Amino acid sequence: MAKIDLLSSEVRAEIDKWIAKYPAEKKRSAVVGALTAVQDAHGGSLTPALMEAVAEYLDLPPIAVLEVASFYTLYDLKPVGQHKIYLCTNVSCMLCGSDQIAEHLKERLGIGFGETTADGKFTLKEVECLAACAGAPMMQVDKTYHENLTRERVDDILAEFD
Amino acid sequence: MINIEIDGKKLSVEPGEMIIEVADKAGIAIPRFCYHKKLSIAANCRMCLVEVENAPKPLPACATPVGEGMKVYTQSEKTIEAQKSVMEFLLINHPLDCPICDQGGECELQDVAMGYGEGVSRFTEGKRTVKDKDIGPLIATELTRCIHCTRCVRFGEEVAGIQELGAVQRGEHMKIATYIEGSVDSELSGNVIDLCPVGALTSKPFRFSARAWEMQQRPTIAPHDGVGSHLYLHVMGNQVKRVVPREAEAINETWIADRDRYSYESLHHADRVTKPLVKQEGVWKETDWSQALEVVAKQLNIIAKNDGADQIGCLASPSATLEEHYLLQKWLRALGCQNIDHRLRKTDFRVKEQAPQSAALPCEFTDVEYYDRFLLIGSYLRKDIPMLNHRVRKAVMLGAEVSVLNPVDYDFNFDVAHALISDVRLLSTQLAGILKALSANAPLFSTLPDYLRQVSPDPAQQAVADSLKAGEKVMLFLGSLALHHPEAGLLKALAEGIAKETSGELAFLHEGANAVGARLAGAMPHVGAAGSALPTPGLDAAAMTHAPRKAYVLHQIEPEWDCAYSAQTLQALEQAEFVVALNTFQSDTMLDYADVILPAAAFTETSGTYVNLAGHWQSFEGAVVPQGEARPAWKILRVLANLHDVEGFDYTASTEVRDELKQQVEESAAQSHEVAGQTDTSSLKSYSASRDNTQQGLVRLTETPLYRTDAFVRRSPALQQTTDNQRTGVRVSRQVAEQYKLDPAHPVTLQQGDYSVSLPWQVDEALPGNHVWTAGVAGLGAPFGAIELTQGKVS
Ligand code: SF4
Ligand code: FES
Ligand code: FES
Repeated sequence: MAKIDLLSSEVRAEIDKWIAKYPAEKKRSAVVGALTAVQDAHGGSLTPALMEAVAEYLDLPPIAVLEVASFYTLYDLKPVGQHKIYLCTNVSCMLCGSDQIAEHLKERLGIGFGETTADGKFTLKEVECLAACAGAPMMQVDKTYHENLTRERVDDILAEFD
Repeated sequence: MINIEIDGKKLSVEPGEMIIEVADKAGIAIPRFCYHKKLSIAANCRMCLVEVENAPKPLPACATPVGEGMKVYTQSEKTIEAQKSVMEFLLINHPLDCPICDQGGECELQDVAMGYGEGVSRFTEGKRTVKDKDIGPLIATELTRCIHCTRCVRFGEEVAGIQELGAVQRGEHMKIATYIEGSVDSELSGNVIDLCPVGALTSKPFRFSARAWEMQQRPTIAPHDGVGSHLYLHVMGNQVKRVVPREAEAINETWIADRDRYSYESLHHADRVTKPLVKQEGVWKETDWSQALEVVAKQLNIIAKNDGADQIGCLASPSATLEEHYLLQKWLRALGCQNIDHRLRKTDFRVKEQAPQSAALPCEFTDVEYYDRFLLIGSYLRKDIPMLNHRVRKAVMLGAEVSVLNPVDYDFNFDVAHALISDVRLLSTQLAGILKALSANAPLFSTLPDYLRQVSPDPAQQAVADSLKAGEKVMLFLGSLALHHPEAGLLKALAEGIAKETSGELAFLHEGANAVGARLAGAMPHVGAAGSALPTPGLDAAAMTHAPRKAYVLHQIEPEWDCAYSAQTLQALEQAEFVVALNTFQSDTMLDYADVILPAAAFTETSGTYVNLAGHWQSFEGAVVPQGEARPAWKILRVLANLHDVEGFDYTASTEVRDELKQQVEESAAQSHEVAGQTDTSSLKSYSASRDNTQQGLVRLTETPLYRTDAFVRRSPALQQTTDNQRTGVRVSRQVAEQYKLDPAHPVTLQQGDYSVSLPWQVDEALPGNHVWTAGVAGLGAPFGAIELTQGKVS
């Protein structure tokens, strides 16, 4: 089986949308959108086989796909939990107390950065500035930004997933 | 032109050039790591920051175009301060392990740090480390030393045409890697060693065996293909420790192929012959030169006298030097023997090459880049002649269209516009189809056998014809597979026909380093030196096999690998009364068939000349002293001719030999141009007789993989371990595997007439049906002949 067969027709349609946005000979520009679509369709993380499928689909050497996939924190190359929590610890957030938020999250979830809870529900990630400094400290849960965090707000947000 | 000033020096420069290019040309030094004149601009290291008047901060010289009136200061306080800061940042994560680094003493980082670095580091935190990777047998990695200039990554994408290395992760964690523990397999991969400005990528075979300052650098010419890349040998004591490119824009630019870089490893192989060897009553004895040469002279004399000089046959390597080819034929012809040939893998000699060409390409290598249509006929150019392939690739980048006609769907490193993948027996039909599509009544058709006159073009052939027709400058390559093909003469005539209809030009991709030189020197049975006519033609390479001679003179060849009819040639040698081998190496097979082995110096140990495909006479000198008692072959041949009292053999230097031939070539130049369209077409109809019109049975397809081309590369351990060299054994199409119900656990037995071998096999999806692919397989019959296949061992 060719690797490319791992891509469902929905995923292909999504990638094609990205390809259409760029000049025909610049297909590689679609790699970010393609990886996002593939990751979303496969439980939130990428495997070598999936990256190779994207490479095949976009006519790229696999290393070029790995370069992108390993660069952005938004891609995970290891299996993750159902939900991903990205906590910003960059300067603005740090000055506004992200350290305490980190401590609280770790304690509540019982895991450290880069780890997944035993029930497979959450993966906690430490990330750099997500461009929401005005609402520091902040975190992103899946695709939603949560700003002006306090311990209590964090508890409320987590409660939504119970 | 615009005017700028660097350090007060007034310069008139091309608009659009970068400051660093202008400074380089003017001899003004600006430090740099990521910039390389042959690669795209990355501007990621910032080492080249310079102060520019009116600019608020220092600018990267590699990425800042010059502008009218620009004033640049490369030595100002602001510049130096900026460069020092960059240096400090670059060294933060560098291990500073120069004493144990192979690059020490020739490291760009070390050099620049001497100029711009501080004696003491202010960085006390922990340094980043990167785990080493095994990226194959040629390149050693020590990626903790990497400064992320990305030269190696850009080289893959931009020059090798295949990105194998990349920068993964980011920031502090960024590192150079292959995709998931893969290896770097490009045939040009070794160039990243020269590009890497630090000791992160170094030569694996060379590693830790010498320091830069212990070696001397000696120029030479690469001995494996028709490009003749310019090389430097790095020599310590009397040993070649490594090989690096010598810049020659018109030949190899700044690159060399891995084959040229690593073949030096063979020079100290255990197979080296270091003393003259003579077989006496079946027992090999070491002897001295005078005795060995006496034996040779005497034995050849006896055979010439008793049986006639035409009972002697001479087979010479196409990678022997011009001087050796010339002396061989001068000596043997003086004895009355015309049987001399260097076209060892050729099988069809029906259409004679008339006069030798002064070049096999219609232009310089650099001009190849400006052709806009190519047709590759029977060629895996990428692996056969990597540096020429590089020029074609550059043409493709500029918009050229390449069409290929091959029996295997080869993996090119450029886009192929039209690929005709065809049964190897039908190559001529395919070309005839293209020709028909171009011109239904091309004059050539009247000379062709019926099976070609009657073709009607299919859409694929039409597409190739249309592509060629639309071109302004068209080049057709006859690759090694076409030249060795059983219908080589027809293919050539058809290619000429197509060239005529498309106003295109024809190029011949002969094997070996000196195929053009060998032809000029007269190492062919039917024309003498400089194209001179002969009283009677001798036997060609195949005929010398099919009609065994009583004596053979072998020059730098191993027939079991180098000759088309390997098994038959060995048989002829074994039955001969006398065989003398001038060779750098010996082998068990050679000890069987030879009677005298004369140790010939290796390519690094002799002076000589190779004429490359573009017709450049490239002379070189011996760089090291021959090992043991080996002697330059031109001297051996001189003495042999002297022993036979042949006149005109008192050369004192190889340059005298070259100049003698050169003069003859110049004198005959007026008539020695074989141009497209001059094939003698009178014999083409006779090809009907040998045509297999059914294409029913299995056919053998023979390829010489790039690390099997000559005795030197075959004995270079690192090259032998490459992925490229794993393309061996027997490959069959899926169709054949299924039809014959082949069991992958067992070898297959191949049979051609009386010859058979058993070998492991695998399926190759790139092969057409009915094909059995073999590489470097000794012991079989015709390289493109019918073949039988059974499974199970021969008893
Ligand atoms: S390995 Fe060498 S060439 Fe490649 S990025 Fe690092 S320093 Fe540059
Ligand atoms: S520093 Fe956290 S969002 Fe910018
Ligand atoms: S050489 Fe200019 S930024 Fe690297």
